[in-house]
Amino acid sequence: MTVNNSDMIKYGYRRRQFRWTLVTILLGMLAFALCVAALLLGNTIYPLDTAVRVLLGEQIQGATFAIGTLRLPRMLSGLLVGMAFGIAGSTFQTMLRNPLASPDIIGISSGSSAAAVFCILVLKVSGTLVSIAAVIAGIMVAALIYVLSRGGSFSGGKLILIGIGVQAMLNAIISYLLLRASQYDVPGALIWLSGSLNGIRMTRIPVLFLVIVIFGMVILLLGRHLKILELGEQSAVTLGVRTDLTRLLLILSAVLLIAFATSVTGPVSFVAFLAGPIAARLVGIGAPNELPSGLVGSILVLGADLIGQFAFDTRFPVGIITGILGAPYLLYLLIRMNRTGGSA
Amino acid sequence: MKSTKIIALLVCSMFILLVCILASLAFGARFVNFPDVIDILIHSKKTSLIDIVVHERIPRTVFGIIAGAALGVSGTLMQAITRNPIADPSILGVNTGASLFVVSGMAFLHIGSFSQYIWLALMGAAVTSLFVYGIGSLGYGGATPIKLALAGAATSAALSSVVSAVILPRTEVMNAFRFWQVGSISGATWEGIYTILPFLIVGMLMGLLVSPALDALALGDDVATGLGVRTGTIRLIGALSGVLLCGATTALAGPIGFVGLMVPHTMRLICGPNLRLVIPMSAVGGAILLTISDVLGRLIGSPGELESGIVTSFLGAPILIIIAMRAKVRTL
Repeated sequence: MTVNNSDMIKYGYRRRQFRWTLVTILLGMLAFALCVAALLLGNTIYPLDTAVRVLLGEQIQGATFAIGTLRLPRMLSGLLVGMAFGIAGSTFQTMLRNPLASPDIIGISSGSSAAAVFCILVLKVSGTLVSIAAVIAGIMVAALIYVLSRGGSFSGGKLILIGIGVQAMLNAIISYLLLRASQYDVPGALIWLSGSLNGIRMTRIPVLFLVIVIFGMVILLLGRHLKILELGEQSAVTLGVRTDLTRLLLILSAVLLIAFATSVTGPVSFVAFLAGPIAARLVGIGAPNELPSGLVGSILVLGADLIGQFAFDTRFPVGIITGILGAPYLLYLLIRMNRTGGSA
Repeated sequence: MKSTKIIALLVCSMFILLVCILASLAFGARFVNFPDVIDILIHSKKTSLIDIVVHERIPRTVFGIIAGAALGVSGTLMQAITRNPIADPSILGVNTGASLFVVSGMAFLHIGSFSQYIWLALMGAAVTSLFVYGIGSLGYGGATPIKLALAGAATSAALSSVVSAVILPRTEVMNAFRFWQVGSISGATWEGIYTILPFLIVGMLMGLLVSPALDALALGDDVATGLGVRTGTIRLIGALSGVLLCGATTALAGPIGFVGLMVPHTMRLICGPNLRLVIPMSAVGGAILLTISDVLGRLIGSPGELESGIVTSFLGAPILIIIAMRAKVRTL
């Protein structure tokens, strides 16, 4: 009987493992397909072998510029930024045990945006300095929210409410800066209100890549502890997780991911928020969610960018498309979650 | 509360309001002495420069008073109806809803006149608040602060992307909207004030009318029903009046956040939980707050000015944070 039981458990474990692997591979393939599409499609549609030859370093009239200079950075930034948002968002959601508690709703992205807008409009700087400021501001805002919500015992609910309050202040700052600005500077700063993949240069990609690899790894390695944190503060302590340290590391890594990604493309709305729940649906409850979330994030950003570029007469930046696509799902999620009492 | 104390409170707050009004007429890009302000108000002649300056400041001052009062009362009503300490038009996403409707009206129906988009703003406010409250109150425990806040924040995030999608291809709308997006009372005209005044008066009267019943509601739905209150009807009237007040104000001023959050909390601290007192006092308090914010905005932003919506967000968001910090985990 006992043997039988443990066999069943092993079987179930293997089946879940199989599902996870399958889903992850499929998601990876879909993301890859979108990457290829992002390289090939555009005003001129190039055949696959041209794209490959350009990527291998061959100089081809027209194609080298269109693919190598314009589409490649766009595709890579979409891929990386989507991954960063997906991983970080799912980390926050799991840690705070609330699918709505993604960084764009609790104000961290707004911190980065506010700093970036300030740099562009007031200090008149651009490029790397903007990114650095955005990262620092994101970390500071996250730290502020965390410290404020620590009074007494930590509670996810408190953190969310305080985050919403902080976000309101930051948005006031952004609005103020935008209103003060001269009309010529505004379009450049507007990117910081809704994310866009336009005009990203290849020079921004390596740092972004490095950050995502390092801190993505940290989060993936801590995934086991994160799962236990999800059981609640007391259970986690009992099971031997150093809750404060783990949480600190997780928050720090997730914030760095968000802030770096935001500093390149601006806040692509709802990606951080949507990727986690979608991935959880696909891989099943209880399976490690971070890597699939990252892939879903990439798929969302790349897909939405393609839609934004080609589906309408006007070229919409990616953030607006994700925002509009995200809205119905958000409503569905809110309704379902509140029915089951998940968000209280 | 004793009636002498109430009278003292009223006299005090009226005095503060009066000072605010004078300050609002006096400060700005061109400072006018207080004695001169009073002199101009009494002997109106509109000849010298400072005469005109003061007269230019009258509509916005009047509008600051009524808009502040409306927002204060609207916040009080929403908090009473939902029995929720953080219910506020800006947190419930009502302002964004009103924005979306107005922007859509400008973009698709080519609506330019104010009397038309007040209706759009009202509709947007009503639809959004019902929607957010409906979603926030699903499931176990009804509308807890956290559920409401998240539903509101998420909904306004979604709506604002739709707003961006609508305005992005249309430059004319974008220019009009950029300034409308942040609440400001500086653009008030007499015409605008006359248009929204009926809505505000009806809203205020309805709010005052249901205040005794709302007091009973504070004891819980069961007790209130036992005391003979029709909870459903009362909630509906209260909500309608709250939406009228904040929707009409938003139509003219754009989204001004957090007045409805701060004022009722402060007033409950000063004069206790009795709504029959808190509602009128919130009106006075809201008027004071918005007028001061406007003056502050003019002083800080000098030589230009800082929109009052930005100032109130700045003053009000910390209050939300404090409420969240003080709240027991259980009640979230």
